[in-house]
Amino acid sequence: MAPKLPPHHPVEQSTSTAAGGQAAEHPAPPRGLMRWLLTTNHKEIGSLYLIFSLTMFFIGGIFALVVRAELFQPGLQLVNPEFFNQMTTMHGLIMVFGAIMPAFVGLANWMVPLQIGAPDMALPRLNNFSFWLLPVAFTLLLSTLLMPGGGPDFGWTFYAPLSTTYAPPSTTFFILSMHIAGISSILGAINIIATILNLRAPGMRLMDMPLFVWTWLITAFLLIAVMPVLAGVITMMLLDINFGTSFFNAAGGGDPVLFQHLFWFFGHPEVYIMILPAFGIVSAIIPTFSRKPLFGYASMVYATASIAVLSFLVWAHHMFTVGLPLVAELFFMYTTMLIAVPTGVKVFNWISTMFRGSISFEPPMLFSLAFVVQFTIGGFSGLMLAISPADFQYHDTYFVVAHFHYVLVPGALFAILAGVYYWLPKWTGHYPHLKLSQWHFWLSVIGVNLTFFPMHFSGLAGMPRRIPDYALQFADFNLASSLGAFLFGASQLLFVWLVVKCVRGGEKAPARAWEGAEDLEWSVPSPAPLHTFEHPPTFRPDTPH
Amino acid sequence: MSGGSYYVPATSKWPILGSLAVGTMMVGTGSVLVHGRGTLVMGLGLVGVLAVMALWFRDVIKESRQGLYDAQMDRSFRQGMGWFIFSEVMFFAAFFGALFYVRTFALPWLDGEGAKGVAALLWPDFTASWPLLDPPGDVAGPVETFSPWQLPLVNTLILVGSSITLTVAHEGLKEGYRATTRNWLFVTLLLGISFIIIQGVEYYEAYHHYGITLQAGIYGATFFLLTGFHGAHVIIGATILAIIFIRVLRGHFAAENHFGFEAACWYWHFVDVVWIGLFLFVYVF
Repeated sequence: MAPKLPPHHPVEQSTSTAAGGQAAEHPAPPRGLMRWLLTTNHKEIGSLYLIFSLTMFFIGGIFALVVRAELFQPGLQLVNPEFFNQMTTMHGLIMVFGAIMPAFVGLANWMVPLQIGAPDMALPRLNNFSFWLLPVAFTLLLSTLLMPGGGPDFGWTFYAPLSTTYAPPSTTFFILSMHIAGISSILGAINIIATILNLRAPGMRLMDMPLFVWTWLITAFLLIAVMPVLAGVITMMLLDINFGTSFFNAAGGGDPVLFQHLFWFFGHPEVYIMILPAFGIVSAIIPTFSRKPLFGYASMVYATASIAVLSFLVWAHHMFTVGLPLVAELFFMYTTMLIAVPTGVKVFNWISTMFRGSISFEPPMLFSLAFVVQFTIGGFSGLMLAISPADFQYHDTYFVVAHFHYVLVPGALFAILAGVYYWLPKWTGHYPHLKLSQWHFWLSVIGVNLTFFPMHFSGLAGMPRRIPDYALQFADFNLASSLGAFLFGASQLLFVWLVVKCVRGGEKAPARAWEGAEDLEWSVPSPAPLHTFEHPPTFRPDTPH
Repeated sequence: MSGGSYYVPATSKWPILGSLAVGTMMVGTGSVLVHGRGTLVMGLGLVGVLAVMALWFRDVIKESRQGLYDAQMDRSFRQGMGWFIFSEVMFFAAFFGALFYVRTFALPWLDGEGAKGVAALLWPDFTASWPLLDPPGDVAGPVETFSPWQLPLVNTLILVGSSITLTVAHEGLKEGYRATTRNWLFVTLLLGISFIIIQGVEYYEAYHHYGITLQAGIYGATFFLLTGFHGAHVIIGATILAIIFIRVLRGHFAAENHFGFEAACWYWHFVDVVWIGLFLFVYVF
């Protein structure tokens, strides 16, 4: 552990003609609440997304802790099974659609314009609309918990007929709330693509873009391609529930498995929507703190694109045990394994970037290193699950839970935290408190591994997921998991305190807050003024990636 | 990429009002579906959504006519519209995918075909066919299905014809022939409205003479899912064309600067292409 912050070499504050900080003829924004309701500024909207995401993260986290508290010991202790089901379901829905996705969109809002030298997003009013749909959607979603019959209780994958024939009445409201969230995602993604393709600083070619921008370009494409499929499948659910159609009812000639195909055609690209921007963040941080350019820039771009293309061809690996023809089992097994190739390229490149680098271990780097190691663990368990004959053993056990939590928590979430630590000096003008950050990091690493590592073992031993009770032989693993979960949850309170502290004060950061940081965002002052790059900066691709 | 300064719009109240209207509409819709009441809330929400859209677009039109938008803004609008249409394509792709899946896999398996034919144990007497007139379980199927060579063919000719007339109107705009634009756009609008009326007649026939209903097994479900969402898109497209027609009458569009017009054309052509897919796979084959 490096006990102190990196050396702050005095760096010229603005490198080019009009990088940031120009007070032009902008009318003063409205004051108080109205400012946030009406804003069209990418930085304010980015902050709104991040605050919303953090709120949802704690709400989803509390649901997870209810689950872990119930599973602390065998037997039914605290909640009844119906409520337990609602908690597992809502935890998943809130974390996927309310916490992880909005966090990445928030980071994109803040950083994509700064990284490409744009004044704002391409369609700023649409940007505000995309954000404010989210609180509406999630208020509606959370309100289903209070409705007669309770909220969604069929798992976040809401398989028919559990979510149609046997669902609580509130399911219709759940469907409508997902429609709103979907509209928000599609509009947000359209905005991001238009921004990246259209508002780059003169001279910045596509292959000059920082990887965070590249990964978001591809993520936005995935969002536009699959969110409408989700909208389609939930519309079919709505019709089955309220209008007597037979889409997922075999008696009328439909097929419940059709639901799973459509859902996972959305769902698998969705998984990459939650990890590709994480790749982008880590690809920005590791070169900075290794003081070396990213190894294999072009191969990173191609690997990201390959993962995106493959993501459309692997969906049925979630359905190996549902009764697929043999040829489908084989096809989806092989395509799934292919994904390990571009992912391996990425991990190789990150490690090669560090090789012979001059590495220092500031908080963003700590989270990024933890990301590389722990995401790889999640990747390997994914490879195990990809083997169709083996999956018949693992399917719907805690091994699956361990796998996707390793890619989503120490994977996606750690990358988000790394990005927040990396860019907080740019947002607030202050460095986050170093000692507290390190405490937050180590408590999170210990908490997360204590929670999810034992799940591999209980899963391999046969413990099924989404069940509120379990056999005695799983007691020790579950006790460890529950303790880890509460440790992890509590240490995130430290993060909130740390961010609040950082906003209010702390060691001042210069424009180039980190010594090795290269991208355009470091050419504007810290904190970044409300309006930056009102005139396009000149971009010189003089540092070959 | 422009060389001058960027255009960044000021704060706006339409997005937040729009989200609230969407929320109201969804709460009302859910309430109507689940509790059988709340029509007023749903209606209020819908009116709110439409009002916000109208006012928001009015702002954009004003700004455009004030010449605030440069070539870069124009590109952003073009890309925005293009990707929006792509999202619509994927929405319909999901429905077509469902149709193909049911016809190619689900029904033959229920009939005992192939390795997954154990599903035939559920309803041993079931015979797969398409159109599925006799669903396997306790669900009444349609009595008979439409001949594609009557109303559906007429509708196909109308919609394909409307794409052609719209192109003529567009070419007229580009060449500066105002009357051509106005007249052919009007014809396009009439064709669009005729399509909607004929589709309404067909739905009436479906429910009253053919036994094709939403509840009539998977055939009725896919039929109304695909034609229903397509019809809704034709109504939206015709509304857009009607607004564009009014704007043409007011002389909003210049020969070299008329993206509003072009976006409406893109949308209309998209709706047309979807119909050709529908005609082939819902009606003919």
